[in-house]
Amino acid sequence: MYSFEIGRPSTVADAVAALGKDEAQALGGGQTLIPTLKQRLASPETLVSLTGIAEMKGVCAEDGALSIGGGTNHATVAAEASAYPALAALAGGIGDPAVRNRGTIGGSLANNDPAACYPSAALASGATIVTNTREIAADDFFDGLFTTALEEGEIITSVRFPVPEAAAYMKFEQPASRFAMVGVFVAKYADGVRVAVTGGSEDGVFRWSAAEDALSANFSAEALDGVSVDADGMITDLHGSAAYRAHLIGVMTKRAVAAAQ
Amino acid sequence: MPKDHGIGASPKRREDVRFLTGAGNYTDDINVYGQAYVHFLRSDVAHGKITKIDTSAAADMPGVVRIFTGADFEGVGSIPCGWQVTDLHGEPMKEPAHPVLAQGKVRHVGDPIAAIVADSLEEARNAAEAIELDIEELPAVVDMKAALADGSALVHDDLGDNLCYEWGFVEDNRAAVDEAIKNAAHVTTLELRNNRLVANPMEPRVALGEYSRANDHSTLHTTSQNPHVIRLLMGAFVLGIPEHKLTVIAPDVGGGFGTKIFHYAEEAFVTFASKACNRPVKWTASRSEAFMSDAHGRDHVTKIELALDADNNFTALRCDTYANMGAYLSTFASSVPTWLHGTLLAGNYKTPLVYTNVKAVFTNTVPVDAYRGAGRPEATFQIERVVDKAARELGVDPIALRRQNFISEFPYATPVAVEYDTGDYVATMDKLEEIADLSGFAARRAESEKNGKLRGLGVNCYIEACGIAPSNLVGQLGARAGLYDAATVRVNATGSISVMVGAHSHGQGHETAFPQVVAEMLGIDESMVEIVHGDTSKVPFGMGTYGSRSLAVCGSAMVRATEKIINKAKKIAAHLMEASDADIELKDGQFSVAGTDKSVAWGDVTLAAYVPHNYPLEDIEPGLEETAFYDPANFTYPSGAYACEVELDPDTGKVTIERFSAADDFGNVVNPMIVEGQVHGGIGQGVGQALLENAAYDENGQLLSASYMDYAMPRADDLPFYTVDHSCQTPCTHNPLGVKGCGEAGAIGSPPSVINAVIDAMQSGGFKVDHMDMPASPGRVWAAMHG
Repeated sequence: MYSFEIGRPSTVADAVAALGKDEAQALGGGQTLIPTLKQRLASPETLVSLTGIAEMKGVCAEDGALSIGGGTNHATVAAEASAYPALAALAGGIGDPAVRNRGTIGGSLANNDPAACYPSAALASGATIVTNTREIAADDFFDGLFTTALEEGEIITSVRFPVPEAAAYMKFEQPASRFAMVGVFVAKYADGVRVAVTGGSEDGVFRWSAAEDALSANFSAEALDGVSVDADGMITDLHGSAAYRAHLIGVMTKRAVAAAQ
Repeated sequence: MPKDHGIGASPKRREDVRFLTGAGNYTDDINVYGQAYVHFLRSDVAHGKITKIDTSAAADMPGVVRIFTGADFEGVGSIPCGWQVTDLHGEPMKEPAHPVLAQGKVRHVGDPIAAIVADSLEEARNAAEAIELDIEELPAVVDMKAALADGSALVHDDLGDNLCYEWGFVEDNRAAVDEAIKNAAHVTTLELRNNRLVANPMEPRVALGEYSRANDHSTLHTTSQNPHVIRLLMGAFVLGIPEHKLTVIAPDVGGGFGTKIFHYAEEAFVTFASKACNRPVKWTASRSEAFMSDAHGRDHVTKIELALDADNNFTALRCDTYANMGAYLSTFASSVPTWLHGTLLAGNYKTPLVYTNVKAVFTNTVPVDAYRGAGRPEATFQIERVVDKAARELGVDPIALRRQNFISEFPYATPVAVEYDTGDYVATMDKLEEIADLSGFAARRAESEKNGKLRGLGVNCYIEACGIAPSNLVGQLGARAGLYDAATVRVNATGSISVMVGAHSHGQGHETAFPQVVAEMLGIDESMVEIVHGDTSKVPFGMGTYGSRSLAVCGSAMVRATEKIINKAKKIAAHLMEASDADIELKDGQFSVAGTDKSVAWGDVTLAAYVPHNYPLEDIEPGLEETAFYDPANFTYPSGAYACEVELDPDTGKVTIERFSAADDFGNVVNPMIVEGQVHGGIGQGVGQALLENAAYDENGQLLSASYMDYAMPRADDLPFYTVDHSCQTPCTHNPLGVKGCGEAGAIGSPPSVINAVIDAMQSGGFKVDHMDMPASPGRVWAAMHG
């Protein structure tokens, strides 16, 4: 790790100001950034910690939506997001207790790791990502591997999830990292079903529209018979081929539908 | 009633108190005044020529003490190999030079090029980035068969090819084996790969070198399983430091599994640099460094053929193996695929003819050496997989086929040079069938199938050669050291005892189990006995811990030394009671005169030895301390039968272990709890190999699984509750405790039963798969089913 300065602002305004400096980098729970720094793969001059900002923390249910502060850690979401059980279950299944007590929803979404869990929930829920400057629809937010619509210095202050009628997340873990080899989030709303897939694609999280159409017509696992994902564009690595991942997406989607509550 | 003390009791491990409360003293816990830190600049390419290395700018960086390169080690010895294998033409194996720091060429990702010694680790790392380095990349040699093809790039230019040796065993049997296979009623053939593993002990390697100008003495603290072996190899072969000027200390060590047997370049470096810089120098491996510098394990590619006659008797076995040595010969690398593998290929069976051919190959990968089991897991996996496949091909019950071919009379001279002194393979199989509830399997399978899962049952046997090893035998086979061990029993004036042992405990529980033996022999409380190990300045000598040898070899030395103590103590007691030596009996810590009510206590005798006011000084010396060296007459041969039941999710390929049962014959057992723990841990690593772990290189020699993001270590929820039993006991016939060793059994015995079970599950679902290579990870299982 190279030497760096660290700032610990207590308000969003102070954090934005601090991030305006050269070579400043926001630090959420640090579950990706700290290992990256330890490997000397990044060398920010200043880290701006977002974990001391009270206005960015907490889970709040109102008007059929669940709003989660960008600095809220996974353990808190797992414990407090009872208005959206599938989301609480997803948060409770990320990493291990140490990760869940440090990692934050804002950090996860801003990082957009192609095997992270949260992006699938945001996309399948049609969530709104609220920043210090604007609101971004999840459909417009994710932009391929480790890339999002966030501008330099922009901070996710909260995420607003419309609570669905039924939803579930099914993750098939990569055996070593236990990140999602394939994770599928299915959410059923009055106006249709949304299905988002993490872990599988070379382009990161995506909506599986063929499954959405089939499930919007008939919300049952059987509706997916004959519906499949093209293996083209899926990840091939040590742990499985593109064809395997495409197959797993079908299996996990069916299981998510069966488990949706 | 189980015993509550002495041999056969299960006291809790006394060392665990410090391990579990953070009070252990590991090498990285040791910091000395003036200590500097070294960071190694390592190659990020697998194979290349160093065309430029300029350290001048880096040397001026803040905090830098000195930067070393290969040039600083010209004239310094090469990291040695401890075992010379003779090839099938009678020629010695090829032994390339292994410099402490790369000289001219880099040969694997992780090969150290330069070493930066600085006041702090951060400053050393900063300076490393300022070293100007040019490497002309050369084609990487990765695949073993391609490495032996004409025109392959050469890992070592001076060797002419990439073949370390071709070994044939027993070469005189080769033609007869070929003939038997040609004339067999049935031949089952299997081609397989024994996957490469990274040992991953919880504690990474650490080395701290200190040099004392005052008395020209070097001290190395290191994470080693065998400090005397390191003193020998480093002192005599690399740095030229005589034993009396070199102390090697391996304090608490957090797991070894074989990978901490070997002498590594970093140990030699810190010892050398501490003298050159006149400052203590410390190196602590990061986990990433461990992946690319700890010797890896396994990595054999094998074709095995089993011949059977019309009555399903095994008539011959032929094994053709390519064994990966990696880029350099690690300390015992050459012995693993040969004498620790070829000699075990009779397995538990009376196959009359066996021939093994091994080609040991250099590649641009991390050196490969012994890992828990070392050669014996590879042998067991081949035999037990090919026997299982034969049973399926012949349509016979795999257990019945094994039973039919079991060796049943002991001692048994195998056709592969070793003689099993004792064993009872029928008894362990009977016990396994009982504890594994094999008769209930059909019902359990039906239940799994009701839930949409496939269920498979896999069984295997194993035999291993432990208690390594008779020195005269291994000397003939190429070992460059004796493999005896030593113990000193120091009885103090008050009767307390320190036992200095050459074995090294890095998780095995010696500090608990060894005192149980001494206390039992003397009839005193175990708390009066303490074990001292891991320090060449305290322990007279020892060859360390590996090959399940500690109790069988070092424990035997400890017994012999304790017997000497008893003999002397009886003389003292006889004097105190004015009786004849021959009439003295020792029981429950009391010396008594046979047939009388006269007795003296243990403490009275020990006190007399050190305060010899009333003492037979004319006949015996004061004091009570004895040393014994013990060289075993034979290997020991633990054996057993294992059963694994898996559930396989056909939709995802995920395999879960539902039941695992192990019936082992370890001979006599000193601490059953520790033995069971060793079996649990061994099975955990065996299951890791079978289902999860895989050190994979790409065609450029880059390690793809170079961190825990991609190298799948077994975790608690990957493992089942085990049913283990060691009640079948045929004591070793040639050591005083009748013990055989238990440390490696689980890792040797478990992989075949896991894969046999996976194959059984797949076939039960109609998938025509008769083999898959390890690990049976979900993606690979699914690919095998849908391949």
